This record gives sequence, structure tokens and C-alpha cells, in this order.
Amino acid sequence: MTSAPAESTPIPTAPTTPTLEARGVSKSFGSVDALIDVDFEVRTGEVMALVGDNGAGKSTLIKCIAGIHPLDGGEILFDGQKTSIHGPKDAVKLGIEVVYQDLALCDNLDVVQNMYLGREVRDFIGRLKEAPMEAQTADTLKSLRVTTISSIRQQVASLSGGQRQSVAIGRAVMWNSRVVILDEPTAALGVAQTEQVLALVRRLAEQGLAVVLISHNLHDIFEVADRITVLRLGRNVTIYDRRTTSQETVVHAITAGVPTKVAGITAE
Amino acid sequence: MSSEPATVEAAAPSYSLGAVARRRFEALKAGDVGTLPIIIGLILIVAFFYSKNSNYLSAGNFTNLMTQMAGVTTIAIGVVFVLLLGEIDLSIAYVSGIAGIVVAELQIPDSSWEVKGVVAIGIAVSITALIGGLQGSFVAFVGIPSFVVTLAGLLFWQGVILYVIGDAGVIIIEDTTINNVANYFFTDKAGFAIAAVAVALLAAATLAGVVSRRRHGIRTDNLVLVIAKLALIAGVLFGAVIWANKERGFPLAFLLVIIFLVFWTWVAERTTFGRHVYAVGGNAEAARRAGINVKRIQVQVFMISGLMAGFGGVIFAARLNSVDLNAGGGTLLLDAISAAVIGGTSLFGGRGRVISALMGALVISTVANGIDLLGYSSAIKYMVTGLILLAAVTLDAVSRRRLAQAGR
Repeated sequence: MTSAPAESTPIPTAPTTPTLEARGVSKSFGSVDALIDVDFEVRTGEVMALVGDNGAGKSTLIKCIAGIHPLDGGEILFDGQKTSIHGPKDAVKLGIEVVYQDLALCDNLDVVQNMYLGREVRDFIGRLKEAPMEAQTADTLKSLRVTTISSIRQQVASLSGGQRQSVAIGRAVMWNSRVVILDEPTAALGVAQTEQVLALVRRLAEQGLAVVLISHNLHDIFEVADRITVLRLGRNVTIYDRRTTSQETVVHAITAGVPTKVAGITAE
Repeated sequence: MSSEPATVEAAAPSYSLGAVARRRFEALKAGDVGTLPIIIGLILIVAFFYSKNSNYLSAGNFTNLMTQMAGVTTIAIGVVFVLLLGEIDLSIAYVSGIAGIVVAELQIPDSSWEVKGVVAIGIAVSITALIGGLQGSFVAFVGIPSFVVTLAGLLFWQGVILYVIGDAGVIIIEDTTINNVANYFFTDKAGFAIAAVAVALLAAATLAGVVSRRRHGIRTDNLVLVIAKLALIAGVLFGAVIWANKERGFPLAFLLVIIFLVFWTWVAERTTFGRHVYAVGGNAEAARRAGINVKRIQVQVFMISGLMAGFGGVIFAARLNSVDLNAGGGTLLLDAISAAVIGGTSLFGGRGRVISALMGALVISTVANGIDLLGYSSAIKYMVTGLILLAAVTLDAVSRRRLAQAGR
């Protein structure tokens, strides 16, 4: 909650350097232009919502930032420094973690195994060190106040949707990450579980992470986001401050906003 | 599932017996049947054949059974890895035949390419591992379904076997090192020594695990259960040695099987590689996003499949003291795949354990051995094995569905 800029204009200017910034990003798949000259930024301690109708380019933008798609044009800055992200590993190295809509958990593995997937703790001959992994998993979940999972040695397949989402988020924050991107984290959840996950999202920002929240659900967004970036048809519409805008305004921007290049973010 | 308050807290000494039983029962209700059905099935099979013919449990038949099943179990270990990945390898039987041919060719006395037995075995399994890697590369890099790639392999390697052996019809193996793989039996004392060393190693590994968990303040498994499990394994091992010693002794071939089982179980469950195999089999896309090199894992797993098929082929060749046109033929392919599946490894990927190769091979071999002993025809043998396979796959499908439902 601390460092979110408090401008009342829908176009906040930048007093501090954004943790993550995308400038003029373009991406096309064959003849389809998914992103055209898109700018985006998120700062430490804030929840930046990314909204737009289907096909607006939200997921494509995220995949570009996460290194899954290579950029066709534009650049990505981390802490104000130009960086090149050539694959998921580069993004992870910078401290960018993505929690995907389809969760990307392995159902057949248990909670600890999923939390450490691809980053297992091991000794010099490649043996897994289960005990420290289990202890650290318990600590992480406890620090996020995820208390509904009865055993962290149970298969993820047997968890509820909210619990699975908590595991996925827990995995993203365990690695000293700086930016956490959540793709539709509440899409498949009931009311109570949605509340749990939103509280968790808020807590991430309070712990000093830069949080990007992609969602179709404006109710969720107005509950936790500090600022709202609207995309339409692969272009920027604008950025709103949550406290000075209304759901109607955002809906209008999503459905009929005039795609414009937002001044003030691109420091040309 | 339950919404009990958090039990993720660390520093508890160990789970109580009641808690373990409750958890096991919950898992059972949720569809995770584990090895229970297979153990019950085995007991029923043994009881049935023993009631028909008391020779069934004789020491002679027991040592026979152990050497009979060694080859299939070895090949099935490789199959387990392929199935864990959600792939299939249909070439294993004829690839095992290739290994047989290579050792046989390399030991031909006074030929210009004759090498020592151990070297011949090493070359043979290296070649089959490379064959597996080659087939795996087509799966991983070209994106051809493993079913098709290894079906092509099945035809091709069968052709190679016919081509190489063609005129002679058979190659006799005279090298004692090679033949000993399947025909050497340990002396009584050596058998006991092996069992003692195995139990000691297992106990040390178990103790190390408990100590490590204690040090990190995590709950350990119930100590009574841990010791009971250890005692059970020790009992089975020593029992097998005592029983085998009444006849020819404990066979080297089965010691090899145990070594393979322990090593590959360690790889599957205690190494990063094994963890990644399970991950790719469970959700390949999730594994890729977690930074796992899925293609490399695929190639490596097919190499394991080829390697173990090679070892299996050497065991078969040694058992017959020769290779002939039937090398890798017959029901070997189906026996090896059925063994892994009956033992509890899922055809859908991501679920199963290396030990299921032994469990399934035990079922298939005890049935086959019993039916032979009672003098029934192989027609009956095929029908019974087919029904058992169907039952095992049905159980797997049902338990998967229950497990998925339990999560919602």
C-alpha cells in the first residue's frame, strides 16, 4: 500500500523508477498483431491490474515479459536498466515470477515437490534434500498465512482450487522474487476462496513485491489493485488510479476505449 | 477434502500410528490404492497354485522362478520410466535381442573381434542405450508419437536380428562370464552375506533419512512403522536366501535385478532427474514452464529404456547360452509392458514406482510358472494374463478418476 502513486489524474507520472517496465512492445503471430507498441509498468509495493477484453493482448504481454514469447519490437527495463529476456530462465533470474491461469502445477506431485519444481535443492551428486525443502515450504506457506492445507506431502490433485492457487502463488514468492504476475488467479474459484486469494495478493504487495494482476473480474480488481492498465485490441488505452475512477469508466475503456499511446511512461 | 486447522507446523517428533492409519485410509478412499491390490493378488495366486500342486512352493521351483523372471523384470524397469513419462516403447523386446546378438558375436572364440565377457556386455548395453536415445530423439525433437517411432523400431530391429543370425540360425555363447549372468548361484554363505549387507545398507539409509528430518525439525514417519518395514524387508530377503539355499542357492541374476531395482528407485525418487521425469509425465507444460528441459528428459528416459532392455537381453542370452532367431520375440514385449502396468504404473503418465516392475513380473511369472506346473496349455496362460492386465488397467483408470474427484 505504501509506494503507490497518489495522483488524481488517470495518467500518473513517475516519481520513482518502476521495478518492471515494458516500452513500445510489439508482437505478432503471423498476420495477427497481438501487441502494437504497448507500454506497461509496475512498481514495488503496488498491485497493478492489467485488464482488457478477450484478445486484448494481456496474456501475450505477460508471456513476452516472462520470456515465453520473444519480442518483435520494443524493450523491457528492470529497475530502469534495459534487459534482454530470451527465455523463462532469464525472467526468473531477474526475479519475475508468473502464476499462470492454468496453474502449471503437476497434479501427481505433492505440495513440496511442486513448490520446488525445476529448482530442487540437491547435494553434489544430485540427491534431493527433502528435509530442507519441506521445512522451507512449511515456512513460506505459513508466512503467507495459507493454513487450510492439511499436509504439504499430499498430492496437489487432492487440493481444492483455492488451495492449488495458494500453492502456485507460494511457489512464485519463495524465490526472492521482485515481480509476481498473476494470470486470472480467481477465475475458477468460489466466493470464499476468491476472498482468500485476493487477501493473499494484497499481502504480497505489502511484503514489498511488485504485483501484476490480470483479471476479467472488475470487482476483484477494485478490491485489491492500486492502478489499472487497460489494453484494447493489442494497444494501450490508459492507466487509471483505482481510487479516483469507477468501474463504469474502466468498463467503457475496455469495451470502447480509444487506443492511444500513453504519454508520460515512455521517456523518449 | 478436510478443512482441519493447519498441521504444516514443523518440529513435531513423529506421526502417531493412528495418524498414519487414518491418512492411509483417507488416501485409500480417495482412490490411491498403492500396492495393496497387487499383494492381495499375489497371495491369492500363490495360494491357488499351492493348493493344486505342493511343488509350487518348493525350493527348486522357487530358484527357477527367480531366474525366469529376472530378464522380464529388468526390461520392465526401463518400461516403468517410459510409462512415467506418458510414452510407450514397443521396441524393447527386439532391442534386447540386439544386445543378445552383440554379446554373442563379441565372444565368438578366435574371431578377430573377440573381447572379454564383461567388455562384451558393456558394449552391448551401450549400443542398446544409444538405440533408445536415437528413438527418443525422434520423439523429442521431431515430435513423432513414441508409439509410431518405437513401432518402426520394433520392425527394424527384428529385421536386423533376422539379417545377422539368418544363415547360422543360432550363435552359441561359450564365454563363462556371460553365461554366469543367468547361471551362477551363490554359495550358502555368500547368499547370507549379500542379504546381510543389503539389510545393513537399507538400515543406514533409513536412519540417515530420519536424522536429516529431525535436524530440520520436520515430522518423521512413525518409528515403529519404519522399523517394522525394515524388519519385513529383511525377513523377505533372508527368507528368500534360506529357501534358495535348500536348492542351487541364490541366483546372481536375481541379485542383479535387486541392484537394478534399488539403483533406479533411487534415481526415480531421490534425484532431480527422477523428480523431473514425474513432472513431465504429470504435466509436461508445467514442467517446461518450471524451466525443465523436457526434450532432454525424453531422450534420457528412452536411453534408460534401451539400456535396461539391453541388460535384459544379456540375461536371456546367458540363460539359453545362445541367441537364435527368436531373440526378443514371443510374448517378451507384452510381458515386459504388462509387468510394469500390472505392478501399478499408470499408462497415462506420472504415476508409478520402479518396484512395480518387480511386482508385475512376479504376478506374470507366478501365473505362468503355476500354469506350466499344472500342465495347462499356453492358451490358458495367455487368457489369464490378459484378464489380469485388464483388471490392473481398470483399477488404474478407476483410481485416477476417484483421485481427480477428491480434489474438487
